[in-house]
Amino acid sequence: MIRKLGAMVIDGVWRLGFASRFMFLLLRYSGQSFLRLHLTLREIYFSGVLSLLIILVSGLFVGLVLGLQGYETLQRYGSSEALGVLVALSLTRELGPVVAGLLFASRAGSAVTAEIGLMKVTEQLKAMDMMAVNPIARVAAPRFWGGVISMPILAALFSAMGILGGWLIGVAFIGVDDGAFWSQMQAAVDIRYDIINGVIKSFVFGIAVSLIAVFEGYDCVPTAEGVSRAITRTVVSSALAILALDFVLTSFMFRG
Amino acid sequence: MANSGQEALVDLRQVRFAYGEREILSGIDLTVHRGQVVAIMGGSGCGKTTLLRMIGGQLKASAGTVQVAGQDIGTLNTAQLYALRRRMGMLFQFGALFTDMSVFDNVAFPLREHARLPEAMLRDLVLMKLQAVGLRGGHALMPSELSGGMARRVALARAIALDPMLIMYDEPFAGLDPISLGVVGQLIRRLNDALGAASIMVTHDVSESLSIVDYVYFVSDGRIVAKGTPDEIRASKDDFVHQFVHAEPDGPVPFHMKAAPIGEMLMGEVKR
Repeated sequence: MIRKLGAMVIDGVWRLGFASRFMFLLLRYSGQSFLRLHLTLREIYFSGVLSLLIILVSGLFVGLVLGLQGYETLQRYGSSEALGVLVALSLTRELGPVVAGLLFASRAGSAVTAEIGLMKVTEQLKAMDMMAVNPIARVAAPRFWGGVISMPILAALFSAMGILGGWLIGVAFIGVDDGAFWSQMQAAVDIRYDIINGVIKSFVFGIAVSLIAVFEGYDCVPTAEGVSRAITRTVVSSALAILALDFVLTSFMFRG
Repeated sequence: MANSGQEALVDLRQVRFAYGEREILSGIDLTVHRGQVVAIMGGSGCGKTTLLRMIGGQLKASAGTVQVAGQDIGTLNTAQLYALRRRMGMLFQFGALFTDMSVFDNVAFPLREHARLPEAMLRDLVLMKLQAVGLRGGHALMPSELSGGMARRVALARAIALDPMLIMYDEPFAGLDPISLGVVGQLIRRLNDALGAASIMVTHDVSESLSIVDYVYFVSDGRIVAKGTPDEIRASKDDFVHQFVHAEPDGPVPFHMKAAPIGEMLMGEVKR
């Protein structure tokens, strides 16, 4: 039992070491992959553009729910005009980056892990290495940067759709005053304090999710079972990383 | 041995390899000269693929030296190793084609990565390589649309894209029908002679290999147990070679895995 626990801890530390070394190599070879920009652009398309649908639809629904719940609570205190502020702040500060990050991990992160894992299973990575082409520079780095670049944009679009959803419920459906909705939002949302901090969050989540996805694929056991476990680990570790990082970042950014 | 006057392209001296405690190779001596096609034969799991990986620099020998074109593989850094690998081609067991690229782009891959060629010249070169393996007509196909034998031929075209001095084959005949097997076998010989390269193939296909190679090494239990030209091998009185060449189920390589006596295992206590 104790031996098992010890083995687990040692294994965990090993993997953390591998991941750090991998990140170092990834950054070191990123220059090469930026020289061939089309590779990164292609990954932005696969990770970013193809995630648009799920991000936009989810953003809209989250905004609709926020509109309903927010109105329900605010009108008890007679301040239903603050609905715009509530929706915008919840989305830009927290829900946008976090929910978009979770969706991004399950939509794009899992796909990246699966792709790299299967390339490993079919010896494509080894073949590349034998052709004197570094697989970290050619395969891993473009996917990493594709994710890092896509994530903040997706989070911003998620928030924008959410605000639209809140407006639809609050103003178009329930009848909150249109002018009050927007002007109060404009007055209360600060670009540096709220928007930039939200963007920083989504950027950090993008790095975390992309690194986990690329690493798990690269590090997987090259069997069918190994790939499936790697995909599971990508989604689970990404979700945990996002929530934990969110707590840390929030506690530094918004201390009142 | 043929070409013995020439300098050796690949030279292994007293090479050992171990995964932790488990010794895979112990004391291998092996030489390949330019122009030769050499087969490394042995049963599954005898360490022959490990041997190939060490020559390609994917694994490092635990002891002994592996020299390719006069350079000691074990002492090279990544950049030097990559420079050497540009002069090597390797055919993986199942081709290892890039599944997201067409046949054309697969063959063009090493050229695009390592040589800055005008697109027209690149196109000519790729089509010539595909012509050499008889698949010029399939240049627009995706790897998923190819049969096993065709995929291996495309991979072969990709492996020779940079006109290597050394071509390595990992089980080039595994899982092929007799026609494809003959085609791949002839290609290995013809391409080697046309390029003036050396070829090393790891295989357990006896009849096809003996008909095309110049020299054979037999590996068993991590050592070279026999070597010679195909004629010497066919005439060999060595027990292992005899069992292998004539595909006998029992001999020096036992049919049964090592175990406690059967009576003891059947009648004794159940141990899990």
